[in-house]
Amino acid sequence: MDSIAWMAWTWPTAIFFVLLACTLGMMTWLAIAYPEAERVGVLRIPTTRGDRLFVSLVLAAVIHLVWIGLVGTDPIFALPIGEGVEISSLWLGTVISLLSAVVIFRTV
Amino acid sequence: MDKTINQKAWFLVLPVFLVVAFSAVLPLMTVVNYSMQDTFGNNQFFWNGVGWFKELLDPSTDLGGRFLASLGRNLFFSAVILAIEVPLGIVVALSMPREGWSVAACLVILALPLLIPWNVVGTIWQIFGRPDIGLLGYVLNHLGFNYNYVANDVDAWVTVIVMDVWHWTSLVALLCYAGLKSIPDAYYQAAQIDGASRWAVFKAIQLPKMNRVLLIAVLLRFMDSFMIYTEPFVVTGGGPGNSTTFVSIELVKIALGQFDLGKAAALSLAYNLIILIVCWVFYTVMTNAGSERPVKEGAA
Repeated sequence: MDSIAWMAWTWPTAIFFVLLACTLGMMTWLAIAYPEAERVGVLRIPTTRGDRLFVSLVLAAVIHLVWIGLVGTDPIFALPIGEGVEISSLWLGTVISLLSAVVIFRTV
Repeated sequence: MDKTINQKAWFLVLPVFLVVAFSAVLPLMTVVNYSMQDTFGNNQFFWNGVGWFKELLDPSTDLGGRFLASLGRNLFFSAVILAIEVPLGIVVALSMPREGWSVAACLVILALPLLIPWNVVGTIWQIFGRPDIGLLGYVLNHLGFNYNYVANDVDAWVTVIVMDVWHWTSLVALLCYAGLKSIPDAYYQAAQIDGASRWAVFKAIQLPKMNRVLLIAVLLRFMDSFMIYTEPFVVTGGGPGNSTTFVSIELVKIALGQFDLGKAAALSLAYNLIILIVCWVFYTVMTNAGSERPVKEGAA
């Protein structure tokens, strides 16, 4: 691990990228196991699963940035673990992103 | 009948995949990683969570103020150069000859500015505009205009915009010319029979036939001008004050000038996101603009 210490990896960013890699891997497996055709949704453009994932990810990034800019990241409550783990309100943004991803996958 | 499926060709993509991973994906991941941390040099990093993003999006902080101001300047710059270059490019393309030796001459002359590297264009205009030794600056000042792009905001802006128009209008013109050349003569003959005016020919034939290339021109010019760095950096260095500091110049100042890697990483991610969204919108519009028409024709 010393050889990549200069990259200064942290657990949160590592987990983020591992989840992203898992998502891409799952999409690849889905594409092979259940091939699909393009379909036209509410945006009236033909989209595949990959397109919808892309739109969801970009929208999630926008939602998080807008949330940080407009609402902020104050803690909303503390989990009763040890001295109390504070949960940032940004997780609400994450929940909204996940919900919007579901909506995008169903309608776009 | 089952189709033979052979996925072995994917192995041929492997070298490209590795090169892209090494040169683009890993560095991008590093940027994401840095945007969450702070460093005081010496390769020591401290976790900062979304702190930089909070600063970036808060206009009252130094980082946020600089980001939003430079973003505003950049969008204004892109809007101005698009508003000038696209109509000008169309006019130039329309007035170019259709046949004969002059076609080649026009194409070469138009292509010349496109072949000059950015920093050379910057240097040319930097010298051209100087009041003491530059032709433009000297003449303007002797005609009674108090022109000095180093001291006056408006002069600096005019210089940067005129420079971009000089450098890139040719691209729009060449694209439009290609679009015009692809219109079959039959359209013009039909217009002539109908007694269509010059304006009607332009509005009903030439402009619709050019819309694909115009879309490409607008996309290319928007992306280039939104990411512009070298030319204004060479000519004005972002000055006077901060008046021509665009996002990329601000980014380099923060990343390399101040060595604030965390702030710079957060800024570049937001910058990247904007570019990604604009690219996606243009790409989607471009790939679907043509496909809609056959559907409509089929329905009619």
